[in-house]
Amino acid sequence: MSGIEISELAVSQKRTSNALNRIRLWPFTLKLGILIVSMVILAGICAPLLTHYDPIKGDYNDALAPPSLQHPFGTDSYGRDLFARTLYAARLDLQIGLITTYFPFLLGLIVGAIGGYFGGWIDNVLMRVVDVAIAFPFMVLIIVIMVILGPGVQNMYIAIFLLGWTMYARLARAEMLVVREQEYIQAAKALGYGHFRIIFRHAVPNILTSSIIFSMSDLVLNILLASSISFLGLGVQPPTPEWGAIITEGRDFLLQAWWISTLPGIAIIITGLGFSFIGDGLARMLGQRNIQLV
Amino acid sequence: MNTTSAQVNRISTAPIPLLEVIGLTTEFHTAKGIVPANKNVSLGVERGKTLGIVGESGSGKSVLCRSILRLLPTPPAKIVNGEILFEGKDLLKLPEEDMRSIRGKDITMIFQDPMTCLNPVYRIGTQITESLRLVQHISASQAREISIDLLHQVGIPSPEKRVDNYPHQLSGGMRQRAMIAMAISSKPKLLLADEPTTALDVTIQDQILALMLDLQVQVGMSIILVSHDLGIVAETSDRVAVMYAGQVMEYAVTEAIFNQPRHPYTVGLLKSIPRMEGGDHRLIPIQGQPPNLLRLPKGCPFVDRCPVADPEVCANTPIELREIERGHYTACLFPEKVSA
Repeated sequence: MSGIEISELAVSQKRTSNALNRIRLWPFTLKLGILIVSMVILAGICAPLLTHYDPIKGDYNDALAPPSLQHPFGTDSYGRDLFARTLYAARLDLQIGLITTYFPFLLGLIVGAIGGYFGGWIDNVLMRVVDVAIAFPFMVLIIVIMVILGPGVQNMYIAIFLLGWTMYARLARAEMLVVREQEYIQAAKALGYGHFRIIFRHAVPNILTSSIIFSMSDLVLNILLASSISFLGLGVQPPTPEWGAIITEGRDFLLQAWWISTLPGIAIIITGLGFSFIGDGLARMLGQRNIQLV
Repeated sequence: MNTTSAQVNRISTAPIPLLEVIGLTTEFHTAKGIVPANKNVSLGVERGKTLGIVGESGSGKSVLCRSILRLLPTPPAKIVNGEILFEGKDLLKLPEEDMRSIRGKDITMIFQDPMTCLNPVYRIGTQITESLRLVQHISASQAREISIDLLHQVGIPSPEKRVDNYPHQLSGGMRQRAMIAMAISSKPKLLLADEPTTALDVTIQDQILALMLDLQVQVGMSIILVSHDLGIVAETSDRVAVMYAGQVMEYAVTEAIFNQPRHPYTVGLLKSIPRMEGGDHRLIPIQGQPPNLLRLPKGCPFVDRCPVADPEVCANTPIELREIERGHYTACLFPEKVSA
């Protein structure tokens, strides 16, 4: 009967524990990652409060000024305050990261889940589409799509969406192949549930973990990818502030004005670290829960 | 399959059995060839009664259960012949839509491994009443009441706390109880129990079986109990079907199976059970190995291991269940040579 006592203890503990207590049990990296990412988000939202400079209008008298109290990150060749540009760029870059990660995430999850669950020819057709998309060099295909659609942020979203879902489809399918053999899925079938109820209510919550963890590093890569596309002149158009675009602009002045490329670069690194920490922390936390289940 | 198996022998246990399986043949089409997982299986279960199905691993017990609910993946599985009559309707001819409304409502199933048969991401209470909430309009608080009631019914202590637990917070025995609660929530007419106690330790096994028989009376359902444990079947079943290599070898009321077995395989199974009386009793194992289902002999699959077989006749004569006494069926060609 000790099982009951322990469980009663667990129940009472659960009652007394508040949200703060549960957060205390999170892995350190998860907490650190969330802290970093929320600071980046906050910096983007509060940009007008943190700096009174305009990110787009420059002062030609003050071009290429090194970091100082007046311009913490210095100014670029047009005399624009880089601190302001970096802060405003956080808004666009986070938006790019989230949109180019989670829309493909959703599509890939649905496609992979359906393919893995049904198997047979449905799975074959879906996975061959994925294979074709993955067989091409990623960057080349993105550029081709961008050239067809024309430059611009929206078209960049579309181009990345068209290719980005494939990895999520593979991940979700692989997990689904394992989960669909679990007895709780068999039990759900024996209870007469429909296929879509079984896939999306019973199986999908159990195949999410690896996709979510992957999405954190994917998000960082997508921000970098967007920067490279902007670098080629196909993505974000000047003078819109975007970290990749700012770095590109600073490339010509790297020897005279190191700060133009370096400081926004550090912003990318910090953001990337933040998301990676979240991914790592989630992997630890969710992995632990899985071990507990076994 | 040969075409003559359309004329299958019909086995009736009562005027109208709840479920009647007639000449069911299920094949798996694999890369290595066609595996007959069930071959010409005929049996039935009456209302409120229990049918035990025994056999060693790979004898087709679980395939039979899944065939009844049409849960086998097709391909590779294919039901090539036979009928499964449930209240007179042939389940194999029903459209998938109608079949789905039978699953979980009229026929439910419980599984072998209580560790994995509950979804780890939902609370016990949610899972128990999900199927009910799909067909009836029940509010969340009503569903919770029903869940607590059901958990109480299956003997889970402090159900009002357990209802909010996740599966990993329950022990194996309690999970199996929760699974049973889920299966009886719709008051089914037939419960398929696929080795429900195999993964549990002996004391819990006993409790779970007692619980199932108790609920059987309360709900008035029939049970098909699949097991490789003759002891469990002896305790719980009204009738027993002994399966070997996908075929029913002997089918009779429980007392007859244990007291006057009329098939050498049943005799072999009985001789290999340890007895409580002690003394100079030796366990006699059945010699040899079960046959490869890909290369079954034309006749009796047990011929190579059989002590009474006439190798020539038995290996070449297709077997079929025959009624040799009232209600006692055997597939053996020479039942008179069999002695316990």
